[in-house]
Amino acid sequence: MELMLEQMPIVLRSLNVGFLQTLKLFVVTLLGAVPLGLIIAFGSMSRFRPLSFLTKIIVWIIRGTPLMIQLLIIYYFPGLVLGVPIWGGGEGGRFLAAAVSFVFNYACYFSEIYRGGIQSVPVGQEEAGLVLGMTRSQIFFKVTLLQMIKRIVPPMSNEIITLIKDTSLARIIALQEIIWAGQAFMKGSQGISGAIWPMFFTAVYYLIFSGVLTVLLGRLEKKLDYFR
Amino acid sequence: MAILEAEHICKSFENTEVLKDISFSLEEGQVLSIIGSSGSGKTTLLRCLNFLERPDKGVIRVCGETLFDSKDPSTMQEAEIRKKRLHFGLVFQSFNLFPQYTALENVMLAKELLAKEQPGYKARKKEIHEEIRVLAEELLRQMGLTDRMNNYPHQLSGGQCQRVAIARALALKPDILCFDEPTSALDPELTGEVLRVMKELADQKTTMIIVTHEMAFARDVASHVIFMDDGYILEQGTPAQVFEHSHEERTRQFLSRFTQG
Repeated sequence: MELMLEQMPIVLRSLNVGFLQTLKLFVVTLLGAVPLGLIIAFGSMSRFRPLSFLTKIIVWIIRGTPLMIQLLIIYYFPGLVLGVPIWGGGEGGRFLAAAVSFVFNYACYFSEIYRGGIQSVPVGQEEAGLVLGMTRSQIFFKVTLLQMIKRIVPPMSNEIITLIKDTSLARIIALQEIIWAGQAFMKGSQGISGAIWPMFFTAVYYLIFSGVLTVLLGRLEKKLDYFR
Repeated sequence: MAILEAEHICKSFENTEVLKDISFSLEEGQVLSIIGSSGSGKTTLLRCLNFLERPDKGVIRVCGETLFDSKDPSTMQEAEIRKKRLHFGLVFQSFNLFPQYTALENVMLAKELLAKEQPGYKARKKEIHEEIRVLAEELLRQMGLTDRMNNYPHQLSGGQCQRVAIARALALKPDILCFDEPTSALDPELTGEVLRVMKELADQKTTMIIVTHEMAFARDVASHVIFMDDGYILEQGTPAQVFEHSHEERTRQFLSRFTQG
């Protein structure tokens, strides 16, 4: 116990650094996947058959294979198979590859949630906008979008909470996120080795972070309660 | 000159002919009631006039201007259709108010979006917004909704919602205001308040086309009645002609259900 207290500052500093990387991957994924998901949703709803077919195939592949494998393929394939290591070495390259994998993967999941949200807005809303002389983009941004957002907040919250924990998958390409940081003390790092408790500590970080997000997303849901 | 002329309108969905050679005209300030059983094509006709459906054949003219001609593809351009729609207003059976906006905002929204497209909007932004708000408030007052302006649709009764929807359509000052069974989603008590408002509009010489199952209302308020059956106009004329001296057996049969009850 005394030893643990002694090691605590070193471990926490390491875990903080790791968590920062986790947080960065989380934020970048959301910033990329939220808009990209919308584009994919429009693709799969397109009346132009080849486009919607192609989009659906991509969504099927991305959702139908483990994110861990996608990470491995995206990170290693260009360098090992094509001989063009586009990601470069080092932590920066690993982060970029992880971010690309996560954005694509999550955009595909989001797109299906968006599609459900858009299609659940009654067609009468669009027709009302049309007869009032509104353009299709005005109808989307002024009428449909907020109703769609209201409907997708609960399923999106679910995905976002999952994303927090999924970031740990980036460990597979040695991204130095919080699990990597905790694990280092099992193998030996900064004079600490064979310690398993730092790993347990990482769970507390996840728990607090998801707690904060749950509260924030709950507030957003409440905020949209003013209409039905 | 007639404000609206529809000639030889035909419309099919898949293999079902819904409108078969519909022709009629309407004078300014007149109220036209379209009656007939469900599935006779009344709603489709209204939707064609509002460009929510494209007729397969026919011509639609408003104030002598050809808005639609099935033989002239240039009348079907999307950007143009948007402007042409503004000749008509449409009040839906299910209101279709925008739930995230208050009654007042519902009435103002489309007008504001249109104002934004006008040159010189930026310079007079505040002023224009104020004008639109005054107009919207006045319309809602006419509809008897003075103390409901800042309520959201889910806080309003069906009758109130429908009156907001009427104000919303009137805000754009359409040449012709169309109603698609405006009281069919309402209970009898709420039906009354909506019909009263429509009667007032008729008294103010608002040009209207009303698809309705309210026969008493059609007879009392309309200046002209069309009876539709199976995609055809079976009978048309003044309310007295259609209701009391119908030529067709089918019309009498349809009306008997209402006059007996």
